[in-house]
Amino acid sequence: MDRSRRISLIIFAGIIILFILSWIIKSTTLLNVGTESLLSIRDAFFITFAAFLTLAIFSFLYKDNPYYKFAEHLFVGVSAAYWMCVGFWSTFVGNFIPKVSTTLSNFFEVPPKEFDIFYFIPLILGLMLLMRLSPKGGWLSRWSLAFIVGTTAGLNLIRYLRTDFITQVSNTFIPLLVDWNGIGPFFSDFSLSASGQFVMTLGNWVIFIGVFSGLIYFFFSKEHKGFFGHASRVGIWVLMITFGASFGYTVMGRVSLLVGRLTFLFKDWLGLIS
Amino acid sequence: MRLKLLFLSCLLLIFICTSAFTQDEAVVADSLETTAETISPAPATSLTAIDKPDDHGHGIDLSWELSADDGGGLMSVMGYMIYRATSPDGSYEARSGLLLNVTAYSDVGAMNEGENDYMPDYTDYYYKVRALTTDSAVFADSEILGPVQSFGQWFNWKRLSVLLLVAGFLFLTVYFIQKAKGGAKLFVRRLAGIEAVDEAIGRATEMGKPILYVLGLGTAADIATIASYTILSRVAKKVAEYQTGLIVPCYDPIVMAIAQETVKTSYMNAGRADAYNEDMVYFVTNQQFAYVAGVNGVMLRDRPATNIYMGKFYAESLILAETGVAAGSIQIAGTDEISQIPFFVVACDYTLIGEELYAASAYLGKEPLLLGSLKAQDYAKACLIFLAIIGFITLMFGYHGIVDFFHVAG
Repeated sequence: MDRSRRISLIIFAGIIILFILSWIIKSTTLLNVGTESLLSIRDAFFITFAAFLTLAIFSFLYKDNPYYKFAEHLFVGVSAAYWMCVGFWSTFVGNFIPKVSTTLSNFFEVPPKEFDIFYFIPLILGLMLLMRLSPKGGWLSRWSLAFIVGTTAGLNLIRYLRTDFITQVSNTFIPLLVDWNGIGPFFSDFSLSASGQFVMTLGNWVIFIGVFSGLIYFFFSKEHKGFFGHASRVGIWVLMITFGASFGYTVMGRVSLLVGRLTFLFKDWLGLIS
Repeated sequence: MRLKLLFLSCLLLIFICTSAFTQDEAVVADSLETTAETISPAPATSLTAIDKPDDHGHGIDLSWELSADDGGGLMSVMGYMIYRATSPDGSYEARSGLLLNVTAYSDVGAMNEGENDYMPDYTDYYYKVRALTTDSAVFADSEILGPVQSFGQWFNWKRLSVLLLVAGFLFLTVYFIQKAKGGAKLFVRRLAGIEAVDEAIGRATEMGKPILYVLGLGTAADIATIASYTILSRVAKKVAEYQTGLIVPCYDPIVMAIAQETVKTSYMNAGRADAYNEDMVYFVTNQQFAYVAGVNGVMLRDRPATNIYMGKFYAESLILAETGVAAGSIQIAGTDEISQIPFFVVACDYTLIGEELYAASAYLGKEPLLLGSLKAQDYAKACLIFLAIIGFITLMFGYHGIVDFFHVAG
């Protein structure tokens, strides 16, 4: 047995011992709280296992290792199976069967609904998609795929145009001079009531220049030279400043996720914090 | 004696006056109490009901004038409730909560039979507005109005601006596609991120390592995913020509099916149909972070030379890109998910920002269809700038017509 294998086995044994110790201590803690013995043993196992999986995933920060692999494969396998079951019970049994067959509805114990012949269209498209499994009928699946992509692209055209384009147009309609009283009051009185119009006007100019230069950057059919080049350079600056702000904001959100996981480890598992 | 009589008379007068005044107060107070407790307020008047315009049906707009005792008169009305029945003397059911100080209400029901609050079209409805006081037993109903029916309209005038813009955009698209088909050369500016793809494939070939292509978490319906297929097609063709490995782990089964078709076609176009292996494109899972864990594992075990992320990404973007950096891969990313672009910018070598992802398809394909639509998009952007300038000018002069026209509601 070579050295690295021996070290791996020692680590594995250590983890097993720690796991069992943690399980016993957690069970005892739960028993002291007043939980039933069987329940406490079960709950203690799940809490310890969840802590082990959390640490196994964290171990990825060091390097790829068998514990991370175990957690990864368990996570992927369980989630794939779970979503398959959800898909079957919610879409097929919950949505499709009640609309097409009373007998099957009774079999699956779901309340039947009024028969709807249109539900056979997705059924046929779904079966055509499954024809991919057949070497000879594989071409049939392309019809389903074409239907999905074509229909949704068409529907999205209107949706995007309305929500993104037109909303953007209407939100960009802002006055560049808001109840202008001159720059004097701004310098003489920094209070919001006095400088509000100036600040709002300035903000509107920033929006105008940002939208204008940002759009110029996204012109693809013209070389970015001369005026276009300068405007697109301003555009990319505007974009980068926006991304920077967004980055900071999102990182703070991620930190809160980390805090949530650490809270589980230190509170639910180790009981070090209350 | 006179003085005594005068004094007694004064006392009597004061007593009488005091008694009368006290009695008056009691009567007034009593009268007010009676008014508040027993006198019904004046009802809401001028009730009108019409089918809700510019909708798919199942809605009726109501309007009325406030009760005379709302904000005036007895000041006893605190709000209104709408009641509806299917016959004038039928049982009326409440259709709204307590409406305070309003004179209009839209009674909108569900459109599908079997749903709660289903409101069938072309049915006679009768309405009344109830003016309510603080005492639930004291109220006043307006006159019953009806029958009125709800029905859907074929055209929603509130979305006229959408129609005009779609028509304009389609016209431009068709025009430029025809122009491109006619042989006109439509210029597309250089996109560094896309030019780097060929270089990255070459590097992978030299290193004898595979290329990892991630289509993101979007569904087959997302525009970013559709754009990503075109880039995948180009990458797969190059990979087939150079005989490099390709790994495409998928999040969505439908996306996987389309990706398999795309890669297969590219291999056939490259004349390497025999080298195509269905296992290149495979399904991982439909759960966000489990998918990330799976892809991260691939990055660390197969050590791809190049990671390409194109499509829709969410919170997993930084986890993927960071792992790619740790694995020492060249990384090229592109997404239209604004909140995720910063992470790709930070962790990847090249990033396609937002619409550059869509333009990449045209840049790579150079097909008239894609080039024409790209040119039309540029014109749409120019149109947006023009409209914005017009909007600024008109707003400065106090005219809100253009702003209202583009404010799409409903």
